[in-house]
Amino acid sequence: MFELIGIPPQAFFGQVMLGLINGAFYAMLSLGLALIFGLLRIINFAHGALYMIGAFVAWLILQYSGIGYWGALIVAPIVVGALGIAIEVLFIRRLYELDHLYSLLFTFGLALVLEGLFREFFGSTAHPYPIPAELTGVQNLGLMFLPIYRGWVVVASIVVCLLTWFLLERTRLGSYLRAATENAPLLQTFGVNVPRMVTLTYGFGVGLAGLAGVLAAPIYQVKPTMGADLMIVVFAVVVIGGMGSIGGAIFTGFLLGVVEGLTKVFYPEASTTVIFVVMALVLLMKPAGLFGKA
Amino acid sequence: MSPNASAPALGATPPTTSTAKLALLIVACAVLAAAPFILYPVFLMNALLFMLFACAFNLMLGFGGLLSFGHAAFFGMAAYIAGHSAKVWGLPFEVSVLLGTAGGAALGLVFGLLAIRRQGIYFAMITLALSQMVYFFALQAPFTHGEDGIQSIPRGLLFGLIDLENDRVLYAVIAIIAVGGMLIIDRVVHSPFGQVLKAIRDNEPRATSLGYDIDRHKLIAFVLSAALSGMAGATKVFVFRIATLSDITWHLSGEVVLMALLGGVATVWGPALGALIVIVMQHYLASFGAWVTIIQGITFMACVLLFREGVAGVFIKVVNRVRGAS
Repeated sequence: MFELIGIPPQAFFGQVMLGLINGAFYAMLSLGLALIFGLLRIINFAHGALYMIGAFVAWLILQYSGIGYWGALIVAPIVVGALGIAIEVLFIRRLYELDHLYSLLFTFGLALVLEGLFREFFGSTAHPYPIPAELTGVQNLGLMFLPIYRGWVVVASIVVCLLTWFLLERTRLGSYLRAATENAPLLQTFGVNVPRMVTLTYGFGVGLAGLAGVLAAPIYQVKPTMGADLMIVVFAVVVIGGMGSIGGAIFTGFLLGVVEGLTKVFYPEASTTVIFVVMALVLLMKPAGLFGKA
Repeated sequence: MSPNASAPALGATPPTTSTAKLALLIVACAVLAAAPFILYPVFLMNALLFMLFACAFNLMLGFGGLLSFGHAAFFGMAAYIAGHSAKVWGLPFEVSVLLGTAGGAALGLVFGLLAIRRQGIYFAMITLALSQMVYFFALQAPFTHGEDGIQSIPRGLLFGLIDLENDRVLYAVIAIIAVGGMLIIDRVVHSPFGQVLKAIRDNEPRATSLGYDIDRHKLIAFVLSAALSGMAGATKVFVFRIATLSDITWHLSGEVVLMALLGGVATVWGPALGALIVIVMQHYLASFGAWVTIIQGITFMACVLLFREGVAGVFIKVVNRVRGAS
């Protein structure tokens, strides 16, 4: 076998693949954050907690009603999305008039409550979630062995991201959304129910987080803290990409996943900090982010 | 001087806010002096240092209008530096605390240079991300001893004379540090510099057009806030003789935001009150496990939805209403 600067190719491509998987989650979560930010102008700190709830919904319906992975892929985003709609209608709606920092603080408090409740009722330990039978096994790609489930996660995430992009850029509903982002009062004069659109956007954004939670359950296991730690990295990703564009959020998510993976190959000590270092560099050179509008 | 005050005798000082403040300070000192004879000194020291931390943090949020979500980095890193300095280098208390404070300030300078390029929610996310980087550094760097932390840190002698092993002696020293730190913040807020800072918070373009260097003012305020947060963290090491990862996590960054918000971000001393409430709450809820987090979260949500002025803000409002009625 050949070697790449002293790194065996299995290790190299294995880490790139792991990076792509992390990137798939970064992309889906920062996509949801960017969607919500675009219309509501708030940063949803509870995004990680809702991702965690998505995973828990999958685990709970498997335990108590026998609905498996494929059912969970549909049920969990709907449950999380509905929860998001309730949160928007009951609380977040009241905060639009105020400084956006208040909604950040509110959703931070909400994240603490949700995480605390799940820790109280389900304990801090991780609950394993089985990989669905159709996706078990390993594929030999020649250069590396690819667990089929991991390949599926990357493909599924890309498909979801592209569908969302298509929905926003190529459909009538998407054009309404973009119009509301530009000038909500004007759109309202055309008879579009903007407040309802805002509510549904929040629901859709957190529904994406719920879906990401189900996809993550078999890889990272289901535990109450799974969202919080991921969230901070996703925030850094959002700062790097800038929240100007949906495509930018998706691209930056995958890119930074791969950057993280490559760092694990060449300088493992820095793998946990590399994204933050990239963030600092981007801020120095392009404060608005890679895809942000200044 | 208020117009409806009865004409004061010539030369007599009318009751101004500064004399009221002095009276309050004297009362506060009396309470501080009596407290260790009634309550457990270690608990009091912890509370005092968190009060300083919350006030230092609020210098940025309340008066600079910038929400930092990474202040635990300054608190925690200063704690590690002070702990290492006292235990491994054998330096005395005062030098260790100063080194920790300097460490906090230096870290604040780095954070500030990067973060003040953006405002609002971006500022919050950047400081959070940078503090997470510091957390991972603390997790991996050998001198912090990872999960174990730096343990059994000696309290030593103050100025080579006063033995700090006695809890009440240490309490007196810490009370002076904490109150002194808070007085510095009060002084800064009411100085010309503080006025400019408030002007920037309220209307940045106008402050720019008046010729103030916005970035420099924000950066100085940030470094000062980080330095005093560092002082609180460095001193706390000597209370519990331990420096650990729990002082540097993002949970603590969130907690200090809660303290300031609960106390009242528009006031200098409100955050101290908020810190006291949060610390007392933690003390009595410690046995309930995850419920501490849940109650903290609910307090956060309630503060944002119901009383954004905080306890001190509500208090001032009530006092003004009573004064207006009489």
